[in-house]
Amino acid sequence: MSTDVDDPRIVEFDVRTDEMLVNMGPQHPSTHGVLRLVLRTDGEIVSEVTPHIGYLHRCAEKIGENLTPRQWIPYTDRMDYLAGMNMNLGWSLTVEKLLNYELPEKARHLRVIIAELNRIASHFVGMGAYGLDLGTFSPFLYAFREREKILDLFEDACGARLTYSYITPGGATDDLPAGWLKKCETFLDQLLAVIDECHTLLTTNEIFIRRTVNVGVLSPEMAINYGCTGPVLRGSGVDHDLRRDGEERYTEMYDGYAFEVICETDGHYPSDHDYPPVPESAVLGDCWHRFYVRMLEVIQAMDLIRQAMDRYSTAEGDYGVPIKLFEKLPKGEVYLETECPRGQMGFYLVSDGTSIPWRTRARSSCFSNLSVTEELCRGVLLADVPAVVGSLDIVMGEIDR
Amino acid sequence: MAEFFTTNLIEYVSLSEAWATPLGYILAAMIHIALLLNVVAVGALGFIWLERKVAGRIQDRLGPTRVGGRFGWLQTLADGLKLITKEDLMPAAADPFLFRVAPYVAFCASFAAYLALPFATGWVGQHLNVAVFFILAVLGIEVFGVILAGYGSASKWSLFGAMREAAQVVSYEVPLGLCVIVPVMIAGTMDLIAIGDMQAGMVWNWFIFHDPFTFITFWVFFTCATASVNRAPFDLAEAESELVAGFHTEYSGLRWSFFFMAEYGSMFLVSVLAAILFFGGWNGPIPITEIIGLNETNGALAGYVGNLLGMTNLIIKASLGVTVMIWVRWSFPRLRIDQVITTCLKYCTPIAAMMFLGAALWILYLPGGLWATLRLSDPLGHTREAAPDQQAAAMPADGERE
Repeated sequence: MSTDVDDPRIVEFDVRTDEMLVNMGPQHPSTHGVLRLVLRTDGEIVSEVTPHIGYLHRCAEKIGENLTPRQWIPYTDRMDYLAGMNMNLGWSLTVEKLLNYELPEKARHLRVIIAELNRIASHFVGMGAYGLDLGTFSPFLYAFREREKILDLFEDACGARLTYSYITPGGATDDLPAGWLKKCETFLDQLLAVIDECHTLLTTNEIFIRRTVNVGVLSPEMAINYGCTGPVLRGSGVDHDLRRDGEERYTEMYDGYAFEVICETDGHYPSDHDYPPVPESAVLGDCWHRFYVRMLEVIQAMDLIRQAMDRYSTAEGDYGVPIKLFEKLPKGEVYLETECPRGQMGFYLVSDGTSIPWRTRARSSCFSNLSVTEELCRGVLLADVPAVVGSLDIVMGEIDR
Repeated sequence: MAEFFTTNLIEYVSLSEAWATPLGYILAAMIHIALLLNVVAVGALGFIWLERKVAGRIQDRLGPTRVGGRFGWLQTLADGLKLITKEDLMPAAADPFLFRVAPYVAFCASFAAYLALPFATGWVGQHLNVAVFFILAVLGIEVFGVILAGYGSASKWSLFGAMREAAQVVSYEVPLGLCVIVPVMIAGTMDLIAIGDMQAGMVWNWFIFHDPFTFITFWVFFTCATASVNRAPFDLAEAESELVAGFHTEYSGLRWSFFFMAEYGSMFLVSVLAAILFFGGWNGPIPITEIIGLNETNGALAGYVGNLLGMTNLIIKASLGVTVMIWVRWSFPRLRIDQVITTCLKYCTPIAAMMFLGAALWILYLPGGLWATLRLSDPLGHTREAAPDQQAAAMPADGERE
């Protein structure tokens, strides 16, 4: 028996059903790592969700205050381990900002190729894992099959498959090997068919639509208030992408590239591909939109990689500036945010003039994105909790650092 | 078979009739049980292997490849051995009796339903003239196993799973029962052997092609059957992305495998039921065995071979049904509990009720079925008559009395 209580957390004494506190996680199949959600449930209805974090804390920021910026790069890999290249890029740009490096053109285009390729890999994991959250297995394996090909490309470029440490302050550790661009081109050529497959299995699937449409609706105001970024923000229809709106040092990488920010304006997404239509019942800011934005960003990233490869092959200069080991950092403090697959990842660095930073801090996008869980999950059904949390696409490594 | 044992016991072991009769019955029952247990267990082994192979094929991987040769067809046996060797864990707070008894309740319900399931004319554990009713009733007991497991585990996730199972299975039994009534109504009997035999002849004699209503009824039946045996997209009771593993979260080793066997047992059971009720049972699309004379009239051996072919036929049809369930499981996301109940109450039940009404009127006005109405001739001269006559044919005892 339920009563009409304005706040579902208030349950009066004459209500005969018991509330139940359930721990979802830290060992739970759909909490994307070691997130712990404490659910207050009344039958199937969840009245309160409290996320608990910290199970994957590895003191990365403190370690950064004992290492030179170049030595700290492997630790950035392990933050968002699904997008290690983008983490490397964010930190490298921050250090370059402090040192005031000017990068050769070739290094910039190389970074675009690598960062966007990693974005595809990361979004594919997010898409596949979201399928798992909703109870379908096959898209996950299709996604991983494609990600495997990207990892092969990364392995050719830098030797590592997950924690790359490839992009470093001043450029990259090495140039792309001969024939790499051709392999990448072959990979991109067959990717579109796979994305269509995923659209069939998920985006346009009737059950998927019913599970995600109008679930966990995040209004643009709330998204901004909670500091949500990335696809979560753009899924709510806020036109904001650091690749276009960011700091000069970051946006100059994308200078002259033709791309549009993926977000719904006037009921339409910027499209020049044959995208599946938005279902009529979809509400801006629901789980379906967040998922859809990621799917579109994959196609956009493919386009950006193609442009970057053209530029890279004709670009002047080297893949980086000559490396100066144990270089003394100039005194000062810098902060830079970049557009990572999951949102805006910021790095903060304070230097006292030695070669080791006095302070290093990281601003996690997933942390802000996760903070809306409590709002979105109030009053939903139990099965919607994985659907909402999955649509935020969090990586605990980045939240806990 | 009981008479066979009794007479032989009297003749060769020289037992008195007072001893031989019960002993004969016990021996016959044990042989039947052994055969059926093999059907359930080997069937489950086969279908678990099939599930893994089909899932592998769907997901662009190989599935099992090593155990038992190239196709890994002994993989399930290896899994079973592993499960036997695993530690039998029970949560400290669990209700020991309920926790232990739950897997057996679930398995026995699934297994007991096989008693009344015919595999060919006369090939049945126990010939019941209310077999359809018996199977549905016994299959419904499986839910108790799940509820006991969920309640006895002392785990909140298990409890969630059990409550979902209770809500879902109880709802889906209504449309399932309505769908089953449609072929029963056409046949005029609940005897599965009579229903199967009635669909002999060409493919249009199958009840699914009897009239448009039965055709739709089959799809509703299949949906409801999928839901009532807890297969995806209706596998809410064990929804692993929400409830960890639902009602069997706390189970390990052999106890867990009993739930698994029960699931695959029921899956095969409802597929066989669908094959008998809608797809002609052991009768092929073209009555080849009848044309070449493989039936009882040409000697016991011919009848035996004919039955064997018929059973193969039935198993192929049922396996196709199971394959479709597997295919669906690896393609679709899971529904939410409110959507599952909505599907049942808002769609399945009204449609089933409409089909029931439609089929009833059809039988009343066009008793021969669609194809007889269209005057399609049957090469073997099978004719379909009105339901009451069929009932009389199926139950000769009643006919004699008249």
